[in-house]
Amino acid sequence: MADQATLNTVAAAADASSGSLSGPRGNRPRPIFSTRNIVLYGTLGLAAIYYLVPLYVMVVTSLKSMPEIRMGNIFSPPVEITFEPWVKAWAQACTGLNCDGLSRGFGNSVRITIPSVIISILIASINGYALANWRFKGMETFFTVLVIGAFIPYQVMIYPIVIVLREMGIYGTLSGLIIVHTIFGMPILTLLFRNYFASLPEELFKAARVDGAGFWNIYFRIMLPMSLPIFVVAMIIQITGIWNDFLFGVVFTRPEYYPMTVQLNNIVNSVQGVKEYNVNMAATILTGLVPLIVYFVSGKLFVRGIAAGAVKG
Amino acid sequence: MNTSVSVKDLTLKFGAITVLDKLNLDIKDGEFLVLLGSSGCGKSTLLNCIAGLLEPTDGQIFIKNHNVTWEEPKDRGIGMVFQSYALYPQMTVEKNLSFGLRISGMDKAEIDKRVARASEILQIGPLLQRKPAALSGGQRQRVAIGRALVRDVDVFLFDEPLSNLDAKLRSELRVEIKRLHQNLKNTMIYVTHDQIEALTLADRIAIMRSGLIQQLDDPMTIYNEPKNLYVAGFIGSPAMNFFKGEIASVDGRPAFVTNGVTFMLDGYRAKGPLQPGTKAVLGLRPEHISVDGPETVNTHQAVVEIEEPMGADNLIWLKHAGQSMSVRIGGNRRYSPGAQVKLAYDMSLASLFDAESELRI
Repeated sequence: MADQATLNTVAAAADASSGSLSGPRGNRPRPIFSTRNIVLYGTLGLAAIYYLVPLYVMVVTSLKSMPEIRMGNIFSPPVEITFEPWVKAWAQACTGLNCDGLSRGFGNSVRITIPSVIISILIASINGYALANWRFKGMETFFTVLVIGAFIPYQVMIYPIVIVLREMGIYGTLSGLIIVHTIFGMPILTLLFRNYFASLPEELFKAARVDGAGFWNIYFRIMLPMSLPIFVVAMIIQITGIWNDFLFGVVFTRPEYYPMTVQLNNIVNSVQGVKEYNVNMAATILTGLVPLIVYFVSGKLFVRGIAAGAVKG
Repeated sequence: MNTSVSVKDLTLKFGAITVLDKLNLDIKDGEFLVLLGSSGCGKSTLLNCIAGLLEPTDGQIFIKNHNVTWEEPKDRGIGMVFQSYALYPQMTVEKNLSFGLRISGMDKAEIDKRVARASEILQIGPLLQRKPAALSGGQRQRVAIGRALVRDVDVFLFDEPLSNLDAKLRSELRVEIKRLHQNLKNTMIYVTHDQIEALTLADRIAIMRSGLIQQLDDPMTIYNEPKNLYVAGFIGSPAMNFFKGEIASVDGRPAFVTNGVTFMLDGYRAKGPLQPGTKAVLGLRPEHISVDGPETVNTHQAVVEIEEPMGADNLIWLKHAGQSMSVRIGGNRRYSPGAQVKLAYDMSLASLFDAESELRI
């Protein structure tokens, strides 16, 4: 280091003596319209437009009245902004005999998502912690089974699960669906937590054991406080996954318990009467709002958690 | 002296790999024992077994004459300090120190008393309310030692506690650990791969290699009379010079001949009679060779190849008896490459090994 500094001083002195003080110095200026910049920003811009245009069309259409929509220009902004379609989508749209809009589906989805997310994350984090830190008999087998579970297509398991739930007497109920969501979240979440806990320094775990902490004390007092990022990642995966689920919702529940996604489908695909595009658009945005908010609120933590898991394990 | 920690026939296998092989070790009460070896020799594994963090495949461990082989770490009366400090990141220093005590449900007043005592001994009082992230490496390791201290244990286990620190801090904390041991007089078991740490701290050093203890002795014995070729080459920096040759008899006196160069073995304390014709290895430490000193029975000519001045010392590399060897001389004596020098040896400090068994003869 010192040598380098000396060399630089010497070089500078040489420059000064030969009168080249006006030569290149500091940051090299870069032209704005270089090929590199055009390709870079062009690609990014195109990708952004590709994803944003549909959203734009939906928002714009949902704020138009039906006569304006029939004029046919889907890209033009609304001449007269109306919130009528939003109110209708939320409180009045009909599915079958019920005409209370998406609000009921929203309530169902909340009642399905919250317990499913909490229970699945709780169990999976304890599983992952046990697999990463404690040696026990059959641990390899258990882990292998879980990993295989992550790769089995859902469709294979639907009918057996229907029978199991029926035998348990909870087919068609919310608790039945919650159990299904919890089980199907288990492989990927356990893997996620196991890898995260395995990436924490092993010596911390050893130190806690020497200090006399047992299984639960180490989990709650040492591991949990260090694991906020991975819990946020798990929450995002589970909230968006369960909220957006359609298949399990339609298979395992009765119409009065349909989650928001199923109800949205029923509204949009209803064959009677006029197709109300503005109402459909508003209903779709309403349904997608929850995952969207989750992403916005926790985006930073999400990236950190993914990176934390990716470095090791 | 009572034994504090006693390891009997300890074997540990991971699948087909044997990490520790019927290892026996007795550590006296109040002794500072250093387990020294290169990485993968099983020294940390042995420490983890004593701590109860690894279950041995076979064998027994006694602490204070009490069989603890099946006991949990917390019931063994040990405190452990780790290389990476292993402080709980979300807790303040004070909470880190008291964590174990709080878990055991100890009285609040007693906890405060012990934390106060530990922080006084280690001079970490002003840091008690800080989080580990706000501490320097040296401070962190002090807190980690404090965590073992508050538990009022019989045996301290150190797993390479200074390896993560820079050179200056390392030598500071080394002295502090030695002072701590002098004041507390606890049994301490200290794992390291740094021979300077081992030589300066230990009452006895156990040099380990592939799961076996090669030599267990006080530092000076290990340095002066290494039991075998491995120990001789491992201890000492720069390393001992080795010459391969055979024992001979010159004028009825034992000698060592290599590449036509004869070393008279006058003054060497052999373990038994030296049989002429035995293939052997002669080990000479760089610091036990004198350059351009008074003539002895062993005065050889050699040529300087390279010089490495280190401030206090000057290490010169020579070509001698067909191989290169190093000699340590005073820092103010300089030689340029190509210079002719006269070498003399102190054979009472040399080591002679059987070439086949690699044991000291």
